[in-house]
Amino acid sequence: MSDIPVFFLHGLAYAGLLFLVSAGLTLVFGMMNVLNFAHAAMYMLGAYFSYSIMLHATGQFWLSLMLCPVILFVIGGLIERFLLRRVHALGHVQELLLTFGLAYIITEAVKWFWGNYPIAINIPGVLNTTIQIFGITYPVYRLFILCCAVIVGLVMAIILFKTRLGIILRAAVNDSETVNTLGVNVPLVFLGVFAFGAALSGFAGVIAGPLLTIYPGMAQEILIDAFVVIVVGGFGSLGGAVIAALFIGELQSFGVLLFPKLSMALVYMLMAAILVIKPSGLFGEKQ
Amino acid sequence: MLEVKNIHSYYGKSHVLQGTSLDLKEGELVCLLGRNGVGKSTTLKSIMGVVNPNQGSICFNNQEIVGMKPFQIARLGIGYVPEDRRIFRSLTVHENLLMGIKGGKQKNAGTDDWTVDRVYKLFPNLKERKNSKGAYLSGGEQQMLTVVRTLLGNPRVILVDEPTEGLAPLIVKDVLDMLDTVRKSGVTILMVEQNFKAAIKVADRFYIMSKGKIVFEGNTEQLLAAEDIRRTYLEV
Ligand SMILES: Nc1ncnc2c1ncn2[C@@H]1O[C@H](COP(=O)(O)OP(=O)(O)OP(=O)(O)O)[C@@H](O)[C@H]1O
Ligand SMILES: [Mg+2]
Repeated sequence: MSDIPVFFLHGLAYAGLLFLVSAGLTLVFGMMNVLNFAHAAMYMLGAYFSYSIMLHATGQFWLSLMLCPVILFVIGGLIERFLLRRVHALGHVQELLLTFGLAYIITEAVKWFWGNYPIAINIPGVLNTTIQIFGITYPVYRLFILCCAVIVGLVMAIILFKTRLGIILRAAVNDSETVNTLGVNVPLVFLGVFAFGAALSGFAGVIAGPLLTIYPGMAQEILIDAFVVIVVGGFGSLGGAVIAALFIGELQSFGVLLFPKLSMALVYMLMAAILVIKPSGLFGEKQ
Repeated sequence: MLEVKNIHSYYGKSHVLQGTSLDLKEGELVCLLGRNGVGKSTTLKSIMGVVNPNQGSICFNNQEIVGMKPFQIARLGIGYVPEDRRIFRSLTVHENLLMGIKGGKQKNAGTDDWTVDRVYKLFPNLKERKNSKGAYLSGGEQQMLTVVRTLLGNPRVILVDEPTEGLAPLIVKDVLDMLDTVRKSGVTILMVEQNFKAAIKVADRFYIMSKGKIVFEGNTEQLLAAEDIRRTYLEV
């Protein structure tokens, strides 16, 4: 029974990672109607870039935590501006194919450049310790991940619900065409949101590195869970992403404990159940 | 002030506007009539840049606007009130209004300018509901909200798509009265309507559209006189 708090905390930490990846995915889908298959590839690139940075500037975890999101912001911006925007006029299927192709290319590039095998990353010095919590000894690093997610979530919530930009973003989730006709530079908003989503995903990749080993399949693995999160939470809803990430995180964690073979099936069952009860997701405004 | 000359617009391969021309003079309220699916909404969307005409020209104050993006056209001073009352459902009434203000800040407003305060004075029911979500408003309130949201951008011209569709007769009168007030404040209006009996009370001039072309142009008397045209091109 003493395992329960451990698995609960494990679930929270994974939920934190999942939220960081899903937040951008759900905003991009909510506004641009693009299901971005390449989103988790940004997460993987974040992890691998961080690995390379730490290799060359020994142990510079904090440096890569700042640098990688910036690099991915630029990469995301370029993808939106020069690829996605051009394909947009052709329709959703083409957009989907584009992001699917990008995900594939990035995965192959990672294999070619870094090798098709797992790489372990050391937990950065100060965080490589344990503390006593709920009467158990628990690694600080997982709590650090949770803190990062909470901080990012709070900052995003403040932006979304307390600023003019937030009003524009939420309006664009409802109806981006009308936002455009009201004089807001919607293409620029799309660019920013896409790039920001990529940066957030890359940030998640950097902090995921030391927790999970990094390998070329890591993008696929988290992408499936992130899709489930945005479906369950409702497309375009940040609050929905928080709740759904917690659900899926805990479900994965306790699923492994209770039914080791079934944890993935549990996730799908939850998704199916929610879709039956409320097709637009828990907090979905979109149809 | 707005001249649409011979525009052709497509949805994929379907050729919807086949050489539409019309013009608006400053201060007019012009009504575009026609049956379902003849291209009335597409005409407004083409002016607004939501649909891009492949051919033809649209000049606003002698500036060519074909090829510009909707937000650029909006910033020139053309406002658009889409059909189906596209309010932002998950935003509050107040946030919906804020979305209408260009750049987010009300510049030191002149006396004729639309401000949130003025909207609340004119529509106390919107003020009462300022913190409820747009989705919870009645159809009439949603229509008012879409129109005033556009007015808050202080446009010189507004394009209004079927503002009375699906509203109770009493509310139809409110909406038309409001458009009349707006016109009297100096804003030029191009309104699409199916209901010509309602439109005739407020409009100065009419265009009738059929299959992507303008087939009639005239003032109220001319429209009333042209009985066979009305019978052929308008719903009875
Ligand atoms: N997004 C679209 N994609 C494809 N075809 C469209 C689209 N929007 C409209 N159409 C078609 O273009 C034609 C003209 O449509 P439009 O909406 O301009 O008509 P309308 O005159 O406004 O009709 P209504 O009175 O029903 O609103 C119609 O045949 C319609 O089916
Ligand atoms: Mg129409």
